[in-house]
Order: sequence, then C-alpha cells, then structure tokens
Amino acid sequence: MIALLVAAPLLGAAVLLCGGRRLDRVGHWLGTALAAVSFVIGLVLFTDMLGKGAEDRTLNQHLFSWIPVEGFQADVAFQLDQLSVTFVLLISGVGTLIHLYSIGYMEHDERRRRFFGYLNLFLAAMLLLVLADNYLLLYVGWEGVGLASYLLIGFWQHKPSAATAAKKAFLVNRVGDMGLSIAIMLMFTTFGTFAFGDVLEATGETGEGKLTAIGLMLLLAACGKSAQVPLQSWLGDAMEGPTPVSALIHAATMVTAGVYLIVRSGEIFNAAPDAQLAVTVVGAVTLLFGAIVGCAKDDIKKALAGSTMSQIGYMILAAGLGPIGYVFAIMHLVTHGFFKAGLFLGAGSVMHGMNDEVDMRKYGGLRKYMPVTFVTFGLGYLAIIGFPGLSGFFSKDKIIEAAFAKGGTEGWILGSVALLGAAITAYYMTRVMIMTFFGEKRWEPDAEGKQPHPHESPKSMTIPMILLAVGSVCAGGFFSIGDRFMHWLEPVTHHDHGDSPLSAATVTGATMVVLVIGVTLAWLQYGRRPVPSVAPRGSLLTRAARRDLLQDDFNHVVLVRGGEHLTRSLVYVDHTLVDGVVNGTAASVGGLSGRLRKLQNGFARSYAVSMFGGVAVLIAATLLMRAV
Amino acid sequence: MNPVNYLYLAALLFAIGATGVLIRRNVIVVFMCVELMLNACNLAFVAFARLHGNLDGQIIAFFTMVVAAAEVVVGLAIIVSLFRSRHSASVDDASLMKL
Repeated sequence: MIALLVAAPLLGAAVLLCGGRRLDRVGHWLGTALAAVSFVIGLVLFTDMLGKGAEDRTLNQHLFSWIPVEGFQADVAFQLDQLSVTFVLLISGVGTLIHLYSIGYMEHDERRRRFFGYLNLFLAAMLLLVLADNYLLLYVGWEGVGLASYLLIGFWQHKPSAATAAKKAFLVNRVGDMGLSIAIMLMFTTFGTFAFGDVLEATGETGEGKLTAIGLMLLLAACGKSAQVPLQSWLGDAMEGPTPVSALIHAATMVTAGVYLIVRSGEIFNAAPDAQLAVTVVGAVTLLFGAIVGCAKDDIKKALAGSTMSQIGYMILAAGLGPIGYVFAIMHLVTHGFFKAGLFLGAGSVMHGMNDEVDMRKYGGLRKYMPVTFVTFGLGYLAIIGFPGLSGFFSKDKIIEAAFAKGGTEGWILGSVALLGAAITAYYMTRVMIMTFFGEKRWEPDAEGKQPHPHESPKSMTIPMILLAVGSVCAGGFFSIGDRFMHWLEPVTHHDHGDSPLSAATVTGATMVVLVIGVTLAWLQYGRRPVPSVAPRGSLLTRAARRDLLQDDFNHVVLVRGGEHLTRSLVYVDHTLVDGVVNGTAASVGGLSGRLRKLQNGFARSYAVSMFGGVAVLIAATLLMRAV
Repeated sequence: MNPVNYLYLAALLFAIGATGVLIRRNVIVVFMCVELMLNACNLAFVAFARLHGNLDGQIIAFFTMVVAAAEVVVGLAIIVSLFRSRHSASVDDASLMKL
C-alpha cells in the first residue's frame, strides 16, 4: 500500500517520458490523475492511522533487500508514521493542485507532456524521500528531487538564463548532497546500519564528537536542499523555471526537505548541542538574509523566493531548538506549503495575464482586472505576515515563542531575530501586494510591442488557487485547536514546552506590534506615494540586497576565483614538477642512449674489441674474487 | 716435459689469433686467426686432459674440431657471398648494420 504512493507518480513519469507524442493530448490529465491517486492513497492511510492508538500508528513495509552484502544491509523499506504521513498529504495534495494548475498554465507549451512527466518524477522522488525508513533510501529520493528540480528549472532550456540557473542549482545542491553522503558514511561506520530506528536508538551510547560531526554534515545537506546560508545562492535563480515549479518545488515541498531531515534526525541533534546551535544560527541568519533580499527585489518571483528562504529559515531555526521546536517547524512547514504555493500560483496567474512580465514596477492596479487572483493572493499575503486568525499567525507565532523559550541569552537573541524577521516579512509582503494590485497602472508593452490585457486566468488555474487560499486561511487554526497538531506529532518528535521568560500573550502582542510597524512602513513608502516604474538607485543596503546581498559576488571571488587560482597553481606544479621529473628522465635516457649509440659503429672489429675487453674484465673479476 | 708449458703455448697462440682478429682487415686472414684461436683452445684442452689424467679434454677437443669444420663451411660461404656483392675482402666494408 505504501509502495503504491511512490509507484503511481513513478509510473506516470515513465509513461509520460517514454510514451512519445501519442500522449500529447492526454498526458497532462494522466499526470494529474496519478498525482491524485497518490493523494487518495495518502488519505486512506491517514484515516487508517487516525483509527489507531497514538503509539501503534507507525506502519512499516519491507519491499525488497536492495544491497544484501555481509555486514552491509540496505533495504528498500518504507516507514509511515505521523511525520511522514503529514508530508505525504502535503506533497501529494499541493502536488495535485499544482498539476491541475499547470494544465492551464502550460497550455501553450508544446512540451507540456514532458513537463508533467518531470512533475510526476518529482512527486515520486519526494514521496520516496519522506517514506524511506533508512538514510540510504532517503538519499535516493534526495538525489531524485535534485534531478527533477534541475530538469524543471531548466525546462525552458532555450533561454540561456534558465539553463545556467539549472546548472547552478544542481552544482550548489551537490555540495549539500556531499554532506548527506558523508553523514551516511559516518553513520555506517559508527552504527553499522542506516535504518532510522536503529541509528536513532543508538545515539545514547555514542560519543558526542561523532554525533556532532554527523549533525553538522546533515546540516550541510539541509543547507543545500533548503537554500540556507551559505548554500542559498541557487534559489533566486531557480525562479527561471515555470511558475508551477517554483510553487511546488521551490516553495512548498522540495526546499523543505532539509527541515524534514533535521526533524527526522532529531535524536542525533538532541545529543549534539553544538550541532544544534549551528542549526539555530543558520536558521536565524537565513531568515534575516532572505527577508532583506525579499525587500529589494522587483521581480515578483524573486521577491517571493527571498521570502521562501526566510520562512524556511524560521523552520530551520525551530528545528534547531530541539524538542521545543520540532512540532512548530513542521507546522510552519505545512502552513507555509499552503500559503506560499498559493502566493506563487497567484504570481503565475498575474504573469499569465501580463504577457509574462515579472517586474512588479510594471504592474499596479490589477485588483479590478483579476479579482480571484487578488483575493486568493491577498489571503496568502495575510497568512504569511501572520494576520490574526490565519495560518501564519498560529505557526510563526509559535516559533517565535519557542525561540524565546530556548532560555538564556541565546533565547533572547533568537527570539529577537525571529521578531525582527516578522517585521521585515510584513514589510516586503505588503510591498509586493501594493506594487502588484494597488496604485496606478504602470503597464508597459512587452518586447514585441504587445500592450498587456490583464484578465482572470482559466478555471483550472483559479480552482487550485482558491483551494490553497482556503488552506492558508484555515490550516493554522485547525491545527491549533486544542494543540491538535502537537499531539499528533508528539509520538515521533516528542515535545517540550521549555520555559519562556515571556508569556504567550506578550509574544503575540509583540508580534502584532512589529506586524503593524512593517505594514505601515511599506504603506508609507509604496502606498502613499506613486511607485516609480524605474527602480531608484537606493541606499547601499538596497543595492546590495538587489544583488542578493553580494552572495554571488562572494561565491565568485572566493570560490570561483579561488578555484581558478588553485587549478592554475596545480597546473603549474604539474608542468614544472611532475612533467619536469618525467621529461627529465626521458631526456637523460635519450642523451645517454645517444652516446651509447656511437658504440654501434658497424665495424665488426670494434665489436670484437668490446667482446675481448668484456671477457678480459670478467676473467679478471673472477680471478680477483678467487684471490679474495 | 712440464705440461704447463703447453698451456703457455696455447695462451700465446690464442693471443696471436686474437690480435689478428682485431687488427687485420682482410676477411680471409681474420678467419684464419679465428681458426688459430680455436686450435689454441684445443691445445689447452688436450694439455688439461694430460694434467688431470683423464680423457674429458680430448673428447671436447674432438667436438671443437667438428664444430670448427662446420664453422669453416658457413664462414667461407659468407665470405664468398660477401665478396660477390661488394667486390672486396675487407671486414670494414661490411658495415651496414649500424645506426
């Protein structure tokens, strides 16, 4: 049953990618249907699970023994517990909606069938990632989603920017993947197994140093996949892919794989406080980093990408808090999956109506022309800034509380950073909202001189947006009634309330205050005054943020140039030292043989002389040896 | 007479032969010097047979004679064909086998 979850989209990918043009007419429906099949199976398993007691909800399925070698046992086996089923529902649910949306969005693309094949491949890999019961199988899924992400970012490969972005995403992810593979090797040498259950149970008897090393490597992996500092640079460029891809892979699901990895490996991090601290630091830095980048971007998708980075920063921060935060990390992950996917689909709908224009400075006043998009995007906006009663309010607020509950100076710092992040979130999202839907029309004809005629998108696009908007509104409240979500996940992640120096009400109050400050600032800057259609020069920080806070420049100077220098010096060493030794040997042998050649002069008598000479020497030597 | 003197004679003959091989150019003379060296060896063998009081050396001397006879046949054939192709009996003229 569990295997079917993965098999359905995998079958879809195989059929769609190998089926050829015959499937062009039905391919998209087939892909969507198989995604829906996964979702339905997920729902059935979920209701099954609800009927059982909290302790025996975990389902295991051993499919086959993958690499049976003595002392090395790798199985293809699945584990479905409360954590995985949450992910399964999110992935297949949002995935199905986005498949549906893509039918409309990709309507005019002649490679639509292939697009759906890749989407199905992604779903299969992502489900494999969350369903695996051991790290090695998780790694298979981990690489699979990386591949699907690469294929989908570079889907419009005729654009050089898309091809480059795909390559960049792949390469940066590779660094993270290296971390995961090293972590898995370390696990094998330490515990002799990959299975979650065995590894996590054995953490008690293992030295802290080893666990810290494993934890840091897992963190590196999470940084790569989830676009956290310092491996964040690929996410902004990944927006070159089609918008549904940005919504599904680079907002709702794949980029949250890092959070899943850390929460899943919770016991390792609990036993390695240093690694845990590193996780919180990465989360805190990224949540500010992404938020600042999001404030300066004029490209609507890149602004949302900055926001994604920042929200995942929140999740990583929460995951780094240990048992205080795991539940909230996952809860924010799920609510974020709803509202960020909704926001991206809204952005895609706006682009669809505006001749694929992405510059928000050329939008404005769209609320009258796209009412459904406006309302759904608006609800997503209210959810992400944490408007009371909507999803983001419940999940983000809990993370901020948990950060304070960490205790000590650390708690205060992390809490303040999270609060500051909330203010910036309110600012940049309000900016996006105002620039897109309010104010004057600043529309400009596109490159071919066509004036945009904004219009509402077709039903297949608006229905998913509406459903996701419903999710963004209700999910948080639904999860929070009686701490439902917490009790649901508790058997897997455990939970600890920590002791907060501030009461929940104080934190909520503070969050509301920073929210109002952020929104007001954005309104003062963009709502009260007309938005210039050419970006002003801006302050030093703005200019840096437009360039992604110089992350590419940093990578270029340190890694690219550094790499070039390294290779050049290696080439130099190769040329002088290695080649020197080799060529020198060859030259001296050559010279020597040139001299030796002269001995062979063709005169039989001179050969005879050397022969006699040789014999004489031999005889002399023999006699000498005898005498001695 | 002391058989060791035969050894001295053999050494002398051998030295003469060797010198001839090394310094003479005429192929026939070189060839004869080689024969001289072979006979010097034969003489030494026979002398040793006498010194040790057994027949091993004499038997080897017979073998050497047989081999020398064969060698004469092959050697003369080579010399004749060399002379036919080069119209010269000098060993230094046959110097094609060099780099």
